[in-house]
Amino acid sequence: MPFIPHTEEETRKMLDAIGVTHIDELFDEIPADLINEKLDYVPAALNEAGIRRLCKNRAESDGHYINFIGAGAYEHHIPAAVWQIATRGEFYSAYTPYQAEASQGTLQLLYEYQSMMASLTAMEVSNASLYEGASALAEAVLMSVRAQRNRQHILMPDTIHPAYRETTETIVKNQGITLSTIDYSGDTGTIDMAQLKAELTDDIAALVIPQPNYFGALEEVDELTNLAHECGCLVIAVVNPLSLAILKPPGEWGQKGADIAVGEGQPLGIPLSSGGPYFGFMCCTQKIVRQMPGRLIGRTVDAEGKPGFSLTLQAREQHIRRSKATSNICTNQGLMVTAATLYMSLMGPAGMAQSAKASHANTRMLVEKLTAIDGVDAVFNGSFFHECVLRINVPVDDLMRAITAQGIIAGMPLGADYENLQDCLLVCATELRTEEEMDDYALHLERIVSKRRLDPPCAQKV
Amino acid sequence: MTELIFEQSTAGRINNAQYQSGEFSIDDIPEMLLRKSNPALPEVSEMQAVRHFTRLSQLNFSIDTHFYPLGSCTMKHNPRICNEAAMYNGFSGRHPLAPASTGQGVLSCLFDLQEILKDISGMSEVSLAPMAGAQGEFTGIAMIRAYHDARSDHQRQEILVPDAAHGTNPATAVMCGYKVREIPTLKNGDVDIDALRAAVGPQTAGLMLTNPSTLGVFERQINEIAALVHKAGGLLYYDGANMNAILGKVKPGEMGFDVIHLNLHKTFSTPHGGGGPGAGPVGVSERLVPFLPVPRIVESSGEYTLLDKNDCPQSIGRLSCFMGNTGILLRAWIYARMLGSDGMKRVADYATLNANYMKAKLEQAGFEMAYKSRRATHEFILTLKKEKAETGATAMDFAKRLLDKGYHAPTTYFPLLVPECFLIEPTESESLDELDGFIAAMTEIRQEAVEQPDMVKSAPHNLPVRRLDDVRAARQLDVAWKEEKN
Repeated sequence: MPFIPHTEEETRKMLDAIGVTHIDELFDEIPADLINEKLDYVPAALNEAGIRRLCKNRAESDGHYINFIGAGAYEHHIPAAVWQIATRGEFYSAYTPYQAEASQGTLQLLYEYQSMMASLTAMEVSNASLYEGASALAEAVLMSVRAQRNRQHILMPDTIHPAYRETTETIVKNQGITLSTIDYSGDTGTIDMAQLKAELTDDIAALVIPQPNYFGALEEVDELTNLAHECGCLVIAVVNPLSLAILKPPGEWGQKGADIAVGEGQPLGIPLSSGGPYFGFMCCTQKIVRQMPGRLIGRTVDAEGKPGFSLTLQAREQHIRRSKATSNICTNQGLMVTAATLYMSLMGPAGMAQSAKASHANTRMLVEKLTAIDGVDAVFNGSFFHECVLRINVPVDDLMRAITAQGIIAGMPLGADYENLQDCLLVCATELRTEEEMDDYALHLERIVSKRRLDPPCAQKV
Repeated sequence: MTELIFEQSTAGRINNAQYQSGEFSIDDIPEMLLRKSNPALPEVSEMQAVRHFTRLSQLNFSIDTHFYPLGSCTMKHNPRICNEAAMYNGFSGRHPLAPASTGQGVLSCLFDLQEILKDISGMSEVSLAPMAGAQGEFTGIAMIRAYHDARSDHQRQEILVPDAAHGTNPATAVMCGYKVREIPTLKNGDVDIDALRAAVGPQTAGLMLTNPSTLGVFERQINEIAALVHKAGGLLYYDGANMNAILGKVKPGEMGFDVIHLNLHKTFSTPHGGGGPGAGPVGVSERLVPFLPVPRIVESSGEYTLLDKNDCPQSIGRLSCFMGNTGILLRAWIYARMLGSDGMKRVADYATLNANYMKAKLEQAGFEMAYKSRRATHEFILTLKKEKAETGATAMDFAKRLLDKGYHAPTTYFPLLVPECFLIEPTESESLDELDGFIAAMTEIRQEAVEQPDMVKSAPHNLPVRRLDDVRAARQLDVAWKEEKN
C-alpha cells in the first residue's frame, strides 16, 4: 500500500486492541447515508516509475523558452547550494516552530532572514514572510488602516502592478476600505505629481509607492514620501528586493523613510514555477509592529540564560486573538524563506549588487538593440531598473504568437490593463540573458515588424 | 544557539563562482535614487554558508527525523518523488505570464488535480487559487458574501462558528466584514443544536464547520445542522483541516456543504517547510460557481487555458499576483495520482486505525480521554488534568519531556475547551512500533512526574536549548540582528 507501513498481522493486532473486527467499524458514528466510497474520476494508482515518466513527459512538453518577460517574476541565477540545502528533510518536513526547543534551526534561520530583510529595506522590523507580493500589499493596506484608525482611503497609483491592485481589492473590499488611483505621466511612466498633490488629503490612510514601478521606471521616492508624510499619510513601499542591493532602501526615502515595505521575494533564489510558491516580505517601523500580521521570531534566553529563539508577539495572531487578530494568516512560506536566506548568504551584498547591476545593464542593451529596429520605440524617457515599455507597430498578439514559436517569450503585453498602451510590451533582460539571445530576439522582432514574412524560419521545436 | 551567520562574516569575502562577472554601469540612474551603504548581509564562503545552514537544519525536529503527532496538522510522510518531479526544468523554469500554449504540460496536471478534488469532495467546481488554508477560508466566506450581495440579501451580517473551531475561522469572518457568533459545544463533543437553532435566522450569512471537528470526533448531527442553516437561508462552509479522516469515505458536498477548502499540505502530503507554503483549494456547489476566484483553469478540446476577471464578471477576484502556489499543487497532484482511487480510502482507514489504536492503548495505560465514549477520528484528545492535580506536571511539561525522549509533542492547549489537553494525530504513515514507542514514553513520563516532578517540570534537558523565556522575547523585542549591537 503506498505510504502505509502496516502489515496484515499488525492491522489485526491493532483492531484487536481496539476491540473491533474490521476497520469499517471505526466509522460507525458517521450517518450511514453519508458513506460513499465511489470515486468516478480518480484513476488507478501509478507507481513511482509511472508518475516519473508522466511528469517528465509533461515537463518536457512545456519546453524551454528564453524569457524576456518579468512583470513581477524574474529569472535570476540561483546558486546550486540554495535548493540542495533548503530541501534537506529537517527543513522541508518540519512545521511551524511551535515547540521552540525542537525548532531552533528553523527559528534561528527565520531570525537571520528577518535581520537580512530589515537591513536590505533599512526598516526596523521584518516579519517571517507572507504568501507572496500582491497579498502582502493587501495586508500592508489593512495594517495601515489599523494604524491610522479613522482613515479608510488608500492612494494606489496606476504604476502599481495591475494584479497587485486586483488582489488588494479582493482582500480589503469587505472592510469598507477604498482604493483610489493616480494616473501616470505619459513622459516618464511615473506617478503624475500634480494629480497626486490634488488627491493627497487628510483622510488618506496611506500612499502606495512602487519602486521600481510596474513599467520598470524609477519613481521620485523622496519627494513622494515627504508629500505623503506632510498629510499624515503612511507610506507603503512596494519594492523589488534584488533592486535594493543598488537602489535607495525604503527606510531612507525622504525625511522620515517609508512606514511599511512589502514586495515579492521571488527574485531571491525562488524558481519561476508558473507563479509559485513564492513568498511575500513585509517590513515596518518599530512604532507599528503590533499592527503587523504574520509570524515574528524573537531572540531571547533559555532557563540557563543561554541565547535562543522563539515565536513572539503572538498576541497579534489568530490562534490567540481569534476574531480580534491582525489577520487570519496562519502558516507563511517557510520553505521559500529558507531558500531566500541561503540565497542572500551565498550572494552577499556584493553578489546581489552584481546581479542587480548586470540586469540593469542587460536591459539597457536589449532596449538599445530593439529600439534600433524601425517601428520599435521606448514609450517613456525616464530611468529604469531592469524593465522597460516598448511600443511596437504590429498587433501584439500576432507578434507574441510568431516569436513564441521561435522559443522566445518576448515580454508582457500591456494592452489588456492600460488603454493607452495597446501595442506595448514590457520587456526585461536579467543577468542571465546573453548578448546572443538578445541578438536573436532582435533578429526575429525585426523580421516580424518589417513584415518580411516571405521567408520565415520554421517554427523551432524547443 | 549556533553562531549567527552575521558573526561569521568577514568584510570582502566573496563567492566569485556565484557572481555575475564583469563591470556594469548604473550611471544613468540618478544619484539620489541609489543606495549609499551596503546592506548588512553576510559575507561568507559557500562552504561556510552550507555548513551553517546544514548545522541549523540539524537542530530541528521534522517528519523525516521524528514521530510528529501534531494534532490537526496531518504530519504525514512527504514522498521524495513529489519534490523531484515538481522541480523538473519544464515545470520550475516556466514564467507564470508566458502564453498558456507554453504551459500545456503544467496546466494539464493542475486541471487533473481540480477534477480529482471535485471527485473526492463531491463539489461542482474547484479553484486552486488560494495559497493556504486560511486563504481558502477567506475565499469561501468572500464567496458567501458575494452570493448574498448578488441577491441583494444585505441583512445577513453574521457568521456562526462553533467554539471548538480553529482561530482562523473567526479571524476570517471578520476579514470579510462579518460579525461572529459562537455556538457552544455539548459535553459529548457535538454542536449544541438547540443553541444553533436559537442563533440562526435572517441575519445568518453562513456557518463555518470543521467535520470531523477539532475535538477529534465526527459531528453526528451534520444532516440536521445543514438543514437548519439552509432553511434559514444561510450557507454552509466546510473547513477541510480534517479531511484526512474521511478521504475516500465521505464527500463534504454530500453532507450539504456549499463551499469547502482543503489543506493540500495536510491531506495531500505537500511539505510543511517549517511553516508553509501551503495550498488551500476551494470547492463549491453549483450556486457559488460564478463567484470563484480567478484565474481559473479550464479545458476545451484538449487545450488548457486560464480564465480571468473578464471571463468571470461575478468572481470575487484575484488572491495573488499569479496562479497560487503552483509548485505545491503539482506535488499534491503527484501524490494523488500515486494514491489512486483505492489509495484515497486507505488513507482515511489507516489514519483512523492508528488514532483509535493509540486512544485505546493510552486509555488502558490509565490516561483520560476527553471524549471517552466516542470513536476517535484521525485524531483524539487526551486530558492531563488528573496528572496535573496529582503531580503538578502540566500538559506543557509532558510536551517538553516528550521532546527529550525523541518525540515531537502533540498539539497542546488546543482546542481551548479541554483543560491540559493533547490533540494527538498519528497519521497513516506511522508504524505500529512507532505508536507503541510513543505510548511507552507517555507512560514513563507519568511515572517520572510522580517520582521526580521537578525534572519533568524543567524539561527539556537533552535539546539544544532549555525552556525559552517567552515573556522576555515579547518585552525586550529583539527581532533583527544589528551590527552596532555586537
